[in-house]
Amino acid sequence: MRTVLHITRKELVVYATSPMAYVVAAVFLALMGVFFIDSVDRQFAEAALRGLLVNAAFFLMPLMPPILTMRLFAEEQKLGTLELLLTAPVRDYEVVIAKFLASFVILVTTLLFTLFYLVILIYYSNPDPGPVFSSYLGFILYGGAALSIGLLASSLTSNQIVAATVGFGIIFLLTILDRISDVLEGPVSTVLGQMSLPAHFDSFARGVIDTGDVAYFIILTTVFLFLTVRSVESRRWR
Amino acid sequence: MIEADRLTKLYGEFPAITDISFSVAKGEVMGFLGPNAAGKTTTMRILTGFMPPSSGTARIAGYDVVGDSLEARRRVGYLPETVPLYTDLTVKAYLEFMGAIRGMDSKSVRRRTSEVTEICHLEDYYNTLIGKLSKGFRQRVGIAQAIIHEPDVLVMDEPTVGIDPIQVVETRQLIKDLGGEHTIILSTHILPEVTMICERVIIIHEGEVVAIDRPQVLGERLEGTERVRMRIRGPGKDVTTALRNVAGVQDVTYSEEGDESGEDYTILGHRTDELRTDLARAVVEGGWGLLSLEAVTMSLEEIFLRLTTTEETA
Repeated sequence: MRTVLHITRKELVVYATSPMAYVVAAVFLALMGVFFIDSVDRQFAEAALRGLLVNAAFFLMPLMPPILTMRLFAEEQKLGTLELLLTAPVRDYEVVIAKFLASFVILVTTLLFTLFYLVILIYYSNPDPGPVFSSYLGFILYGGAALSIGLLASSLTSNQIVAATVGFGIIFLLTILDRISDVLEGPVSTVLGQMSLPAHFDSFARGVIDTGDVAYFIILTTVFLFLTVRSVESRRWR
Repeated sequence: MIEADRLTKLYGEFPAITDISFSVAKGEVMGFLGPNAAGKTTTMRILTGFMPPSSGTARIAGYDVVGDSLEARRRVGYLPETVPLYTDLTVKAYLEFMGAIRGMDSKSVRRRTSEVTEICHLEDYYNTLIGKLSKGFRQRVGIAQAIIHEPDVLVMDEPTVGIDPIQVVETRQLIKDLGGEHTIILSTHILPEVTMICERVIIIHEGEVVAIDRPQVLGERLEGTERVRMRIRGPGKDVTTALRNVAGVQDVTYSEEGDESGEDYTILGHRTDELRTDLARAVVEGGWGLLSLEAVTMSLEEIFLRLTTTEETA
């Protein structure tokens, strides 16, 4: 566990010293501002963050997490530093978890800035705290799943652009899966619909914390982290 | 301290190394000499636990690199060939990180960080980003991280490649100083380097061990050979046989690329005063035309290649 924290800390230092995380956070927050205005500047607007986070999940989740994670393994493979890291007395899964945690901290930290919009809502109106809390919880779980997908993509290549593109592709596919299922029929349609990311976020946004939805995001994250560990291990049998 | 037993690694069908066995005693500096793609890096990656061998076993301080991988890895410091470093970290942050992930507590990390900084003469660059350092200084950072946890075994892959001559001399001295305290295995394709630093040398070629000996012994073996190139007009087969029969000749190779004036022969033999005279006489006595005769100076690399090929056929 100590090892995990050391690696996480190192990754956070690198995030903090390179401009990438700041740029990603700035763009994310700027677009969140647009979504916020869009959700409140209309007739009969709700005093809620629902519209903001639903839009953010749909438009920003496929992009932001893979950009945050693209560096984590791809760069180490390109520079060769992975060889040195993995010859230290460190288990492969510890490296994966540490890197995931680092990207997770960056995502959550960025998200904290959006509490500013909550402050505005409270100042002008009276938002219901339940859905606000559940939306944030859902959004963080959603983000975790997206980051784990991005991490897998990063472990598959030594090219960061390829990593980000593959990550984007997988997350975007999972994002539009319910739309694909709409045009299909029968059990295939149901299964695809149930696999889609936004389908499991909707209830959080409405203020309902469903254990099924929580489990969906946690299982998805675990599966992709597991696949990442296997991908890192693959050097052993390649 | 290091024991390798019949290590074999296959990349798909292709064997990178085959049946490599050797052992290195505590405090010994062992050189791993071989041309590019001989299997040096593969062997080192197995010893450091980066990847397992396809068959065979390796032990570091008695710990199997596969079965007891974490224990073995704790006792190894590794300097990979390209000296991979995190360019976004300062020297201090990097060394502290490498110490910490090798399980050192924060107090000894701090103590050793300043110690290795001193050993590797990095004091002035303590708070410099690694990305801003020159190749030679990165090399020093690479060595510093390899010794920070006071490992029993140091594995260095081509530690003097790509740095300027003065730094090469310094690096070699540093490695020499580290021997005794650490058991060192270093790879190189530079013959004199081995003579300078190593107590024993393993020569590998195409994934197989061709010789394990003290460098002086190997050096004497190399210096005793001479290569002569001759252009001779005459029947190839008879000429080859006649040249082979000259005293001291080890090997004769015959090039078919000659033109109508004659063919080229390369003769390898023991370095004696009479070798060239004897060769010339053999040609004249055979009634063939001797068009030219010259001694070919063997570059170190050629000597090395020669050694590896003759050992292979032996």
